[in-house]
Amino acid sequence: MITILEVNETNKMIEQEKLDVRTITLGISLLDCCDADLDALNRNIYDKIAGLARDLVSTGREIELEYGIPIVNKRIAVTPVALVGGRACRSPEDFVEVAKTLDRAARDTGVNFIGGYSAIVSKGMTPTDETLIRSIPAALAATERVCSSVNVGSTKTGINMDAVKLMGEIVRETAEATKERNSIGCAKLVVLCNAPDDNPFMAGAFHGVSEADAVINVGVSGPGVIKHALEGVRGANFEILCETVKRTAFKVTRAGQLVAQEASERLGIPFGIVDLSLAPTPSVGDSVAGILEEMGLESAGAPGTTAALALLNDQVKKGGIMASSFVGGLSGAFIPVSEDQGMIDAVNRGALTIEKLEAMTCVCSVGLDMIAIPGDTPASTISGIIADEAAIGMINQKTTAVRLIPVIGKDVGDTVEFGGLLGHAPVQKVNRFGCADFINRGGRIPAPIHSFKN
Amino acid sequence: MSKTIITVVGKDAVGIIAKICTYLAGNDVNVEDISQTIVQGYFNMMMIVDTGASTKPYAAMVAELDELGNAIGVRIRCQREDIFTKMHRI
Repeated sequence: MITILEVNETNKMIEQEKLDVRTITLGISLLDCCDADLDALNRNIYDKIAGLARDLVSTGREIELEYGIPIVNKRIAVTPVALVGGRACRSPEDFVEVAKTLDRAARDTGVNFIGGYSAIVSKGMTPTDETLIRSIPAALAATERVCSSVNVGSTKTGINMDAVKLMGEIVRETAEATKERNSIGCAKLVVLCNAPDDNPFMAGAFHGVSEADAVINVGVSGPGVIKHALEGVRGANFEILCETVKRTAFKVTRAGQLVAQEASERLGIPFGIVDLSLAPTPSVGDSVAGILEEMGLESAGAPGTTAALALLNDQVKKGGIMASSFVGGLSGAFIPVSEDQGMIDAVNRGALTIEKLEAMTCVCSVGLDMIAIPGDTPASTISGIIADEAAIGMINQKTTAVRLIPVIGKDVGDTVEFGGLLGHAPVQKVNRFGCADFINRGGRIPAPIHSFKN
Repeated sequence: MSKTIITVVGKDAVGIIAKICTYLAGNDVNVEDISQTIVQGYFNMMMIVDTGASTKPYAAMVAELDELGNAIGVRIRCQREDIFTKMHRI
């Protein structure tokens, strides 16, 4: 029988250490919505989303109330729109109409983000893929809740450098298109390598073609809980440190697994995966940087940071994997800058540079995330950073991503406010040496030798 | 599925258990176990109850117990047992 101490431990995690389920994300296939007529396509998409997601938000609230654990976000991920819009969308403007439909469906179902305005171009781009990509700046400027992602490489295919070049330009154009709002469009645009089909977290969530018609994926969180557990083992050796992270990650993930199963049962939609990620928020005590500092670093970014993050990422996986029947998505520790007060402080005190963040992305679960850079950063430099991240992902067989915000009109020393969960960020210095000749070569980088496993 | 954990935390006072049990009895909720401690002068109680026979919607019970807690100056939480067993038992 459960004891009062165990009950109190759980409730303390929820009330004082900010344990929550970060997101219930409903994945929806739009493949059966295809039509040659744009109006019919939009109608099919709206009806399918509105039908399947009708009870998503209310069910999330019900579970939250009955179990007493906050479920912060309810979201939707759809089939990459480039795969759905090909017959109907002849121009970027046509795709923008689809983006508006997604936005309307998201608003009407009460979710805060909808992901999947995406193209998977790891090896090559179809004309439709390219049309969708060219529509991204206008689509993100015209919508509020739509998130976009483009997968430009994978371990199996290599890196599509034409797409990398194009995405540098698209990130800049998106920044320009939303410059009145601190270039916020770029906060909803991520460039990926090895993107998973079942990631529940934004902005990179989409419903991959390997998925069923509809599926429930859940993202757990809990940096505050891990940090608090580590406060109890200050000065202890690495064995104890690792064991403590692992045990705590197990408990956090079990809560996520329970919520995922309940949501799946109540909505009558199959359960997909639990994403075991530590996702920070800008609120105090909900920081991944805070965990690294609790391990003994003076500041996130200090020497030792990569090792600390590597062990954290690994132990979160080891603890979480036994707690859930299916794990997937990104699973690990996120290191967004603007969404983590500890990271923001580290940048402000000069301890954390983009180069150090790049090193950290070799061992975290994603990549360079929510980093504000000067508004005059050239497109080719952004492409260079994307290429570097994609190379790290390709060679290390992991997901990497770039979500940079070149904030138009801002420079190093300025701070930008994005609001809500997106937080605020100091504009960070970018290496000013050029890479345009490298980026302009065109073509693709072949898959690495260790990808040939057949 | 029908097991629920009710936790009560607050300043100790006469009649806390009586008032909560009266509410539960009135709604056909069976109390199966009670344990309590006093931590630094604060009353800390946990009840395991069975709501299987109750016709009261769960959300209403959560809200009414919360109100009752406010009236008697304690914090009452009502959560399905699974959140605790899943976390603390393999």
